[in-house]
Amino acid sequence: MDQYTLNLLVVGASFALYIGIAIWARAGSTSEFYAAGRGVHPVMNGMATGADWMSAASFISMAGLISAVGYDNSTYLMGWTGGYVLLAMLLAPYLRKFGKYTVPEFIGDRFYSNTARMVAVICLIVASVTYVIGQMTGVGVAFARFLEVDKATGLYIGAAIVFMYAVLGGMKGITYTQVAQYCVLILAYSIPAIFISLQLTGSFLPQVGLFSEHTASAQPLLVKLDQIVTDLGFASYTGHHQSTLNMVLFTMSLMIGTAGLPHVIVRFFTVPKVADARFSAGWALVFIALLYTTAPAVGAMARLNLLNTISDNGAQADGITYEARPDWMKNWEVTGLLKFEDKNGDGRIQYYNDKSEAFKATAEANGWAGSELTVNNDIMVLANPEIANLPGWVVALVAAGGLAAALSTAAGLLLAISSAISHDVIKGSLNPGISEKGELLAARISMGVAIVVATYLGLNPPGFAAQTVALAFGIAAASLFPVLMMGIFSKRINNAGAVAGMLSGLIFTLVYIFVYKGWFFIPETNQLPDNAANWVFGISPLSIGTVGALVNFGAAYLVSSMTKEPPVEIQTLVESVRVPRGANKAVAH
Amino acid sequence: MTKGGQALSGEKSTTAYWSANVRLILWNLVIWALVSFGFGIVLRPMLSGIAIGGTDLGFWFAQQGSIFVFLVQIFVYAMMMNKLDAEYGVEE
Repeated sequence: MDQYTLNLLVVGASFALYIGIAIWARAGSTSEFYAAGRGVHPVMNGMATGADWMSAASFISMAGLISAVGYDNSTYLMGWTGGYVLLAMLLAPYLRKFGKYTVPEFIGDRFYSNTARMVAVICLIVASVTYVIGQMTGVGVAFARFLEVDKATGLYIGAAIVFMYAVLGGMKGITYTQVAQYCVLILAYSIPAIFISLQLTGSFLPQVGLFSEHTASAQPLLVKLDQIVTDLGFASYTGHHQSTLNMVLFTMSLMIGTAGLPHVIVRFFTVPKVADARFSAGWALVFIALLYTTAPAVGAMARLNLLNTISDNGAQADGITYEARPDWMKNWEVTGLLKFEDKNGDGRIQYYNDKSEAFKATAEANGWAGSELTVNNDIMVLANPEIANLPGWVVALVAAGGLAAALSTAAGLLLAISSAISHDVIKGSLNPGISEKGELLAARISMGVAIVVATYLGLNPPGFAAQTVALAFGIAAASLFPVLMMGIFSKRINNAGAVAGMLSGLIFTLVYIFVYKGWFFIPETNQLPDNAANWVFGISPLSIGTVGALVNFGAAYLVSSMTKEPPVEIQTLVESVRVPRGANKAVAH
Repeated sequence: MTKGGQALSGEKSTTAYWSANVRLILWNLVIWALVSFGFGIVLRPMLSGIAIGGTDLGFWFAQQGSIFVFLVQIFVYAMMMNKLDAEYGVEE
């Protein structure tokens, strides 16, 4: 059977499974549509949260990000996992106790202000739409690469699948498909990683392999890797090269951004009890950590594999001839993720850091005229099965895994967007008298519209689509996380304080991002060039969310202390979310 | 809403329950920050003498160790809170 048929079969089987779940898990009430009837087992919810959280970027790009830079990009690993500690202790159990359906709803009730609720809706929509575009383009790219259909067709197929289970089943359908999608994506990620680790280090666990001996050179893997990359003029893999302050702030922005992202928070509304919400955050991190501790091993091993393949006679000797390159390189050249240009015309591949001034002399002495290989970071995951000579079904599984990661995150985001519209805007503001049945219909229609809009934006990505980290995490960190936390941990923060906090955090963060990235991300409209020399105290626009959060906390405190304290019933509400007893029960499952 | 029948004593124990929870959270946040921002980034040079698998302890914390600690933290917190809930009679 050829690879194409195999890809088609495996991806087709995974889709059939998702559709089967869609038909089984239809939602009959708004409680099922928004919160899966609050009957999801905490371990199941943990698995669903894992798939909800791990996007196309986590699956395809993160290992490559670490691979290209090494230690400095550990920020992603710590940032995207540390947020779960904050969720488990600062938000999830109390918001579950509150027992409503959306994040803006809590903000609106706690701060007795429809303005606060609408500001939260806007933050939620901007963050989630930015995030979902990346998933939709990811679906298109995965289809194009593995199934040889064009991006648009791939996107339509993906959107149709999500439409099936998200419109029919709402949160209930999404939850159980996410559980299935988690299983697909973690298998697809682990199998190639295990084999590569076995080949390079003899260790079955990639997590152990990363810190083991590289069998071929009898040196520790990381020592070997450091040696090769520095021989080629790159910065050392394990060394610390970035500003410490920026690393700290970036990690913190990712952590509080993770905890403040509405599509993650609402997953904890689906478990039966407050205690379950705490444990479920732990289970979510177990399932996330399986991938997140494998990723740095994949990154380091794939880089070592690539460099060893090209410079098989030692880093500074002549590289392999272009004709003698392995098959996997040929396969990936077709996709454009790997490009070779013979700059000095010697028929050999030279791959080194041609931007390093210090390395220029060595390169010239060798007769090298620039680095000849352009490597897209995504290849570190996508080409892994072929580099490790694994059978065709593993390649097909990676295709299904990439799609599962993108679809599961897209569905979670679409649910957050559509419930904000049907529950917060329609039921909360425009038509409070709407019946249960009417709201369920409104929720389904909002979901349908959200999918159509996301598909359109996936086909025609606007300029801000590439700014998921800056926009989605920046807004969640600077605007949503602080008010949610203050709403629970302080009885004194009032309506005026919350609105002032959210707006000042949001505006501060957006302005800082726009100054460097261009106003509304329109190219050439930035005031200052986006590089470390121009950043205030060396703080990158991607790390500014932490400072925005501090602005939010400060403004909310100041304004609240100058205005009237919240009414007694709000203080009672705060007291009640702080204790587990009295949470509304599961609706049945 | 949640106090049930025990009016005044219920209120007192709810306050004590909440401060016990906040204390537990604060300790957890100290550990959380120490293993990630501390050992993983700022204090890495101090730990550079401790070798592990071809690199130093700080690198391990940044790429793996901190995640393991986070995991243990959440489960220990969830278990301690179950105990605390029962102690103060606020469990579900």
